[in-house]
Amino acid sequence: MDVAIIGVGLHPFGRFPGVSAIDMGAIAIRRALADAGVEWRDIEFAFGGSYEIDNPDAVVARLGLTGIPFTDVYNGCATAASALTLAANTIRLGDHRLGLAVGMDKHVPGAFKGDPQDYACPSWYGEVGHFTTTKFFGMKINKYMHDHGISHSTLAKVAAKGYRNGGLNPNAFRRKPLSEEEILGSPMLNYPLTQYMFCAPDEGAAAVVLCPAEDARRYTETPIYLRASTVRTRRLGAFEVHSPWLPIEETVGATVDASRAAYEMAGIGPQDVDVIQLQDTDAGAEVIHMAENGFCADGDQEALIADGATEIDGPLPVNTDGGLIANGEPIGASGLRQIHEIVLQLRGQAGDRQVPGSPKVGYTQLYGAPGTAGVSILSV
Amino acid sequence: MAQVPVAEGIFTWPSDDPQLIASRCSACGMVMFPAQDSCARCASTEIEEHLLPRRGRLWAWTTQDFQPPSPPYAGATGKDFVPFAIGYVELPDEVKVEARLTESDPEKLVQAAEMELVVVPFGTDDDGNEVVTFAFRPVAT
Ligand SMILES: [Zn+2]
Repeated sequence: MDVAIIGVGLHPFGRFPGVSAIDMGAIAIRRALADAGVEWRDIEFAFGGSYEIDNPDAVVARLGLTGIPFTDVYNGCATAASALTLAANTIRLGDHRLGLAVGMDKHVPGAFKGDPQDYACPSWYGEVGHFTTTKFFGMKINKYMHDHGISHSTLAKVAAKGYRNGGLNPNAFRRKPLSEEEILGSPMLNYPLTQYMFCAPDEGAAAVVLCPAEDARRYTETPIYLRASTVRTRRLGAFEVHSPWLPIEETVGATVDASRAAYEMAGIGPQDVDVIQLQDTDAGAEVIHMAENGFCADGDQEALIADGATEIDGPLPVNTDGGLIANGEPIGASGLRQIHEIVLQLRGQAGDRQVPGSPKVGYTQLYGAPGTAGVSILSV
Repeated sequence: MAQVPVAEGIFTWPSDDPQLIASRCSACGMVMFPAQDSCARCASTEIEEHLLPRRGRLWAWTTQDFQPPSPPYAGATGKDFVPFAIGYVELPDEVKVEARLTESDPEKLVQAAEMELVVVPFGTDDDGNEVVTFAFRPVAT
């Protein structure tokens, strides 16, 4: 059974002192309900994603205690993709007809902390300073640049596009354009990645309302169909976050596996996609993910980005709302922020950042520790 | 000042020619570091201790220019933090190991350069002992 998205809602991403994650989640849900033209009491089930909040389902205290099955999920940076996939599958099973996926988070500033043992790593891995996600991204793009001829200037161009698109998005965290010189000149964090090439943890929430495709026209004249939604974890030989060792044998990463499965499920290929959301934890990740999701061959990014291919008016528009670089990463909400943007783009409601030519097919990808990826494909 | 390893069982110490202590799957030959008691490829629990060769090639690398969150980071913090480099060194036909590198200048780190295992100090414990860990240094050519 096909599934449709009939409503999307967002609490802006950024810093909101005094506003709890639950309150942001409630605001995102109210906006998604209003967008769908339904009431909270109509919602038959929900999935909630968060890293910081143990029980996102507590949001019902702000909306009404209706007794619905409300399941909380956490799956690293793919949390929102997991909530969306589970919500869509619940409709496909025929258990319920109107449901909701919500993500909310409120992170403290600075690099994520954690216990290495929770990631199947020994304690000493953290003591010696290996337990950071940023150094993985530095290593991966540094090797990729060496192997495929990507320049430092290309990384700066990607980050500059993120801030520029963020400037067109009233819900973004970082809205001030930065020049390539400022980006390259900011402090080095993990070579070749500088401070302004990285996204930052922040706060925000996003929600979507789903129903069976056959019901969608009852609610909206512009349903957006969820053609595929997949989650995959790393296979042996993939180069992934938090790996004290890697085998000699090598294989593709979790993103490639999730992407191939999503294209197969949707019966849609990368050449059919009109607007793209990629996990840009850092500028290098956006470059690598262009190839890992099938939008170009390894190394072609250098010329494509120089030609402006990934700009809003280019043939491969990537992260039209500024991506993670401009929006930050409230982990539980980040993937539903991607869905929110694709839905606006496919409806033609993206305002100053609208991709021209009435885009028909959109694509989203999430990736994070310890090697988890989620991909969605949407269409009008 | 006494020297203590950051953890027992990860490298032979004290030793003039320290080696990393890995495990090898008796069923399929998979080599894993640090040692673990089941196989990441075939799930066998028939595992034996296996010492790794001391030389390999630099497979990927970056620098760590900001202090990792502490805890868990146990090296010097704040203004005493010393940036370092991290990389994977591919030990031929065995495994790729993630390790601190003794050279942290991007101009001097070369993809596929030959590297050798050493043990280096990186912090001080609560008892005033110097804590040592494994690292790879470029082999002088
Ligand atoms: Zn085995």
